[in-house]
Amino acid sequence: MTQLARSKAVAPPGTDRPPVIEMRDITISFGAVTALDRVSVRLFPGEVHALMGENGAGKSTLIKALTGVYTVDDGTVLVDGERHEFHSPAASQAAGISTVYQEVNLVPNLTVAENMMLGREPRRFGAIDVRAMNRAARKTLLHLGLDVDPATVLEDHPIAVQQLVAIARAVGVQAKVLILDEPTSSLDADEVEKLFAVMRRLREEGVAIVFVSHFLDQVYEIADRMTILRNGRLVEERMVAQTPRLELVRLMIGRELETLERLDRAPRTEAEGGAPLLTAIGLGRKNSLEATDLQLFEGEVVGIAGLLGSGRTELARLLYGADHADTGELTVRSERRRLRNPRQALARKIAFSSENRKAEGIVGDLTVADNMLLALQASRGWLRPVPQATRTRLVRDYIEALDIRPADPTALMRNLSGGNQQKVLLARWLIVQPEILILDEPTRGIDIGAKAQIQAKVAELAEKGLSVVFISAELEEVLRLSDRLVVMRDRHKIDERPNDDVSVRDVLEIIAGEAREQGDRDA
Amino acid sequence: MSASTVPASSWDRVRGYAPPPRYLPVVATFALFVGLYGVGGMRYEGLSDPQVLLSLLLDNAFLIVLAVGMTFVILTGGIDLSVGSVVALSTMIAARTLELGWSPYLSIVAVLLTGTLLGLLMGVLVHYFQIQPFVATLAGLFLARGLTYLISVKSISITDPTFTSLAFKTVYFGEYYLRWTAIVALLTVVVAAFVLARTRFGRTVYAIGGNESSAVLMGLRVAATKVGVYVISGFCASLAGLLFSLYILSGNSLHAVGMELDAIAAVVIGGTLLTGGRGYVLGSLLGVLVLGMIKTIIAFDGTLSSYWMRIITGLLLLAFVVVQRFATRRQR
Ligand SMILES: Nc1ncnc2c1ncn2[C@@H]1O[C@H](COP(=O)(O)OP(=O)(O)OP(=O)(O)O)[C@@H](O)[C@H]1O
Ligand SMILES: [Mg+2]
Repeated sequence: MTQLARSKAVAPPGTDRPPVIEMRDITISFGAVTALDRVSVRLFPGEVHALMGENGAGKSTLIKALTGVYTVDDGTVLVDGERHEFHSPAASQAAGISTVYQEVNLVPNLTVAENMMLGREPRRFGAIDVRAMNRAARKTLLHLGLDVDPATVLEDHPIAVQQLVAIARAVGVQAKVLILDEPTSSLDADEVEKLFAVMRRLREEGVAIVFVSHFLDQVYEIADRMTILRNGRLVEERMVAQTPRLELVRLMIGRELETLERLDRAPRTEAEGGAPLLTAIGLGRKNSLEATDLQLFEGEVVGIAGLLGSGRTELARLLYGADHADTGELTVRSERRRLRNPRQALARKIAFSSENRKAEGIVGDLTVADNMLLALQASRGWLRPVPQATRTRLVRDYIEALDIRPADPTALMRNLSGGNQQKVLLARWLIVQPEILILDEPTRGIDIGAKAQIQAKVAELAEKGLSVVFISAELEEVLRLSDRLVVMRDRHKIDERPNDDVSVRDVLEIIAGEAREQGDRDA
Repeated sequence: MSASTVPASSWDRVRGYAPPPRYLPVVATFALFVGLYGVGGMRYEGLSDPQVLLSLLLDNAFLIVLAVGMTFVILTGGIDLSVGSVVALSTMIAARTLELGWSPYLSIVAVLLTGTLLGLLMGVLVHYFQIQPFVATLAGLFLARGLTYLISVKSISITDPTFTSLAFKTVYFGEYYLRWTAIVALLTVVVAAFVLARTRFGRTVYAIGGNESSAVLMGLRVAATKVGVYVISGFCASLAGLLFSLYILSGNSLHAVGMELDAIAAVVIGGTLLTGGRGYVLGSLLGVLVLGMIKTIIAFDGTLSSYWMRIITGLLLLAFVVVQRFATRRQR
């Protein structure tokens, strides 16, 4: 993407105005771990301020220190120049700080509208006015380009929609500070653009916005100023326009980044010769996926491209047996059988890493080691425990291979940063040594350095014969890794082609072309 | 996308109407109730008399109120085991204070206050001291029952004229009648349904049951709400205790042993999930009515022993938990 410089026409907001929020020398430790060490940040009204840093640098912790989720051990917080400390999220919210935390923090059992308006529902004669609430919710949602019925239950929606609902909740109030911790991690370019439009409008209105993202493109497009953290320490505060990318990366990781862009993988074509490892014919499920064909050969990476709601996750879940297919057939290694549950899939050496790590992936109260070994143990059955020596070796190897921090197998999963949790999940599925690996947004919330590592790892495993289905909202990533490309739209497959020199643009055109055709048909 | 769909005729809409899955358990309980009433009405003469339905409300007024309070607690993912003992304590306080010559109104206030305070105590234990609801309210169960014995180990009958006239005060609908106690119970249901559906407090109850840590991060008043549901349950238990003493006109330490389990059974049969976040008070009312209907049928039959009541309740509970499993799994 090269059209990034354009949005920088906006003059950087003056430092002449006093900051709305100033955090000085904030220190927070969890037991022996110092998550933040004398970090200072200033937020000015009418700016988008990016918090930058690797996984585990302390971005989310800093945000939670500000909003009263954590109490600070040392340091001061100034709001409009006055010392102020929040002791609960409710208190910070009441003071005009509106926050979207990194993991989607909503309640699954209530409706979309309720999730957006809980705590500030419109009332008539003391009773919640459900209609007015739905109307207000719908309006905010449409601003974000989200056309969902506000009266539907939240848990029936995919994670990306839930993320948008969380954002809608935060932007729906008149806040003076808006904090967005990785709001775009599962969004497509389209939704990101709409979010940015809303952010720009709020910035003009004088709202101070904190933005966290591992997508540098997005940061350069929207942010004015940034604060860079490394290992819980403040590195520097910078104007975005005056910081070249390479320098930013160097500031973030503390050294030059060697291998990011080039990932030379000879596309596998000879694989087509053998029999496919997995064949789906007409696999489908009511209200979720129309009949879809898919073939997967040994050592092949099939990338699934498609926008939000195109059915990519649904397809993955049917292949794995996480949902039941009502039509079609699935053949794995010449055994014809629709998978009914994940156990059957695991027994056939199929592994699936879910996009929804909070609800379907991590077990927060177990250690990193236990989380990693969960799937391996399950596939062996509970009567054959993994020997202690093997456990230790596997865990150590994968912590190193994926650079999981802290590199402590006994750390509790819930205390890891979001990106590091994602790495542990990935390790869990790599450890079972599957022959077919289905990855749904495996690099969600992972920093650029680690992302390159993970991509390299997937490529390396494919080289050794692993077959991969790779799903990601980030098209660049799908294109960089896959041998073959499946494009989906409106819950069915619209295109399939070998990935030689396909560009992001091509994919978007395929999707848009289909839309146009459909428009013609409807007319 | 939308223009091409043909508008459905209203008949199609009626025929194709399916209640949203979250209402299914309540609908199922209602169907069960209607079924029982229908089958019972055909088999036993006199059971189809509408007065039987009204008597059902009348005989179960206290259980309805108890189940309403329990619904609040279960919706947050908690449980309240103390309510049966609180009912006993309430009958005892009412009987004893009346015996001592207190004004009946003062006596009523004393009862309601005691239950509410006990609820507050348990709520504080659960929320601020983070004691498992099961344990905190189990302690409440023993405490309340013990206090009842402390007041008197003997049964005390209630003879206060105001009280007895309240107990028998009747409202007529033509040839049918209801007692005030039933009307109080129905009012409780209506108020509770309103509070749960249409107030911030009520929606926070559901939010806590859905995901408590999210509710905290959303800035909701989790502490007040969590303590609040135990206060409500305590209040409802003492109100149920009052209704029970009006029904039985005595205070006794042996009253209402295990009644908390009946209340929990009614709530579960009414479709509320024990893990919290899903359910309606209307379901709990229907749950009580289903249990009451079974009891009535057994009474009409005359040949069935009362232990059948227990067995059927057990089977029903099992069936409903299974139905809920399927209903909630479908939604995925
Ligand atoms: N409750 C906790 N207990 C112990 N350690 C914690 C806790 N919360 C965070 N940490 C540690 O603090 C460090 C900073 O974590 P934080 O979540 O702020 O990282 P982050 O910059 O947001 O990373 P990511 O990009 O992966 O989200 C990590 O090393 C993490 O393990
Ligand atoms: Mg984070």
